[in-house]
Amino acid sequence: MARSVTTQHKTIATVAAWIIALLIFFPILYTIITSFKSEQEAIQGFNLIPSGTFESYTEVQAQSGYFKFFLNSVLLSVGSTILALLVAIPAAWSMAFSPTKRTKDILMWMLSTKMMPAVAVLFPIYLIFRNLGLLDSRIGLMVMLMLINLPIVVWMLYTYFREIPGEILEAARMDGASLWNEIVYVLTPMAVPGIASTMLLNIILAWNEAFWTIRLTTTDAAPLTAFISSFSSPQGLFWAKLSAASTLAIAPILIMGWFSQKQLVRGLTFGAVK
Amino acid sequence: MATQQTRSLARFMMAPSVVLLLVWMVIPLALTLWFSFQQYNPLNPVRDGFVGLSNYALFYSNPAFLQSILNTLLLVISVLLITVIGGILLALLIDQPMWGQGIVRILVISPFFVMPPVAALVWKNMIMHPQYGVFADIARFFGAQPIDWFGQHPMLAIIIIVAWQWLPFATLILLTALQSLDGEQKEAAEMDGAGFISRFIYLTLPHMSRAITVVILIQTIFLLSVYAEILVTTNGGPGYASTNLPFLVYQKALLEFKIGQASAGGIIAVILANIVAFFAMRAVGKNLDK
Repeated sequence: MARSVTTQHKTIATVAAWIIALLIFFPILYTIITSFKSEQEAIQGFNLIPSGTFESYTEVQAQSGYFKFFLNSVLLSVGSTILALLVAIPAAWSMAFSPTKRTKDILMWMLSTKMMPAVAVLFPIYLIFRNLGLLDSRIGLMVMLMLINLPIVVWMLYTYFREIPGEILEAARMDGASLWNEIVYVLTPMAVPGIASTMLLNIILAWNEAFWTIRLTTTDAAPLTAFISSFSSPQGLFWAKLSAASTLAIAPILIMGWFSQKQLVRGLTFGAVK
Repeated sequence: MATQQTRSLARFMMAPSVVLLLVWMVIPLALTLWFSFQQYNPLNPVRDGFVGLSNYALFYSNPAFLQSILNTLLLVISVLLITVIGGILLALLIDQPMWGQGIVRILVISPFFVMPPVAALVWKNMIMHPQYGVFADIARFFGAQPIDWFGQHPMLAIIIIVAWQWLPFATLILLTALQSLDGEQKEAAEMDGAGFISRFIYLTLPHMSRAITVVILIQTIFLLSVYAEILVTTNGGPGYASTNLPFLVYQKALLEFKIGQASAGGIIAVILANIVAFFAMRAVGKNLDK
């Protein structure tokens, strides 16, 4: 009886899991389906088979210049992640390979900044941005997103770097490698997978950030989060268009997310669960 | 073998991160603290000036403030209960041998990657709309009256949406912890005749305890600052029925320009978050020592 899995058991588990999984996925599925309906069809009651029109997609672009918002999302998420990596890699590096007594305290302090609620600094940040002329600018928002995610980036890189065996460093030093050579030729190749994982997770987090991206932008720098939020005003029902815009907004990140399940667990639990 | 040179280099490498985070944390927070003791209204500066603790006193006297704190706690606690219990059950189910496990995982994790405004608007318009939503269709199918979710039960509706976003996260973390459970231990327990329930209570649950702690802490941080979901669905209403602390601070600061009150709210939010952070840091810190 021990580990022999009966077919019956497996069938029941399969059916139950698939039903629940499909229910959880349903709102996303229904959004994708609705995006291929006409506006008329979209409000005609429950219907899983769309007429298959691309009307909504072309109209979202034609009426509101959808592509601009999409491009802003790409620029902001990728840009802020690269900025964060530039700042975080040296820090995580030195903490992982030349730790001091204070390294742990610094790491904990960085994490604590992540716990500061955004609203607590909403008005000062708003004032600072306004006075520096950074409201609705891509650069300002990019820096903002970088700062928000910096603690997670440092932490994630730190947990990856720490897994690189120290003996390799010792060996390189014995052979007389300078710190620079050590970094460029020995460690960088071993660190690339960790850096790539960190990058992936942070692009996802920055793409979906929905407080500062909505509050600090109006038109020029507005990414998809701000654009989609503008659909909340009740001027008529545009569900097919909303669905088309939503589908395009979540598709790239959904696909990236499917590939980043492991990194997600690691990054968002700060290495506590692997 | 850290020489003096590598040490100072290490310090130099760390400086940008530390300085940036320090500036980003200290300056705005100090400003908020200062504003919280002021009467400051950019639109009507006549009565501006130092007012002591009277902004904070509003949290006792003004029903909107009290309601917003209660709503914040209600949202955090309900979503935690739903996602942790649901996440454990779902993780146990997905961990069973089955066909198409990979696809099931992908379907279950997906809502986590949906940006908050999209999640909220899809639920508001296509699922919960009292006339055209799927729930209304189902209700009519059974001959019942469709529910006006956002009019009559705004907090419940928001709780459902936010729980839908976070259930995947809890499930994924707990599933990862579950799968690291030693198969031999499980077999030994089975051989000793331990049933599913006692195996779960004495073996599985203790093994998952740290993952559960982490899920609760991380989610609490994010749930304390739910914002976009409320903005695009109820806009805090009807009245203040679905206004949480972040949303109230936003309203006071950027719509009513009552900066002093908003700042006091912000400071209260910091205190709330700090209570959580205190426990979070201890849990994560323990792990560092390992």
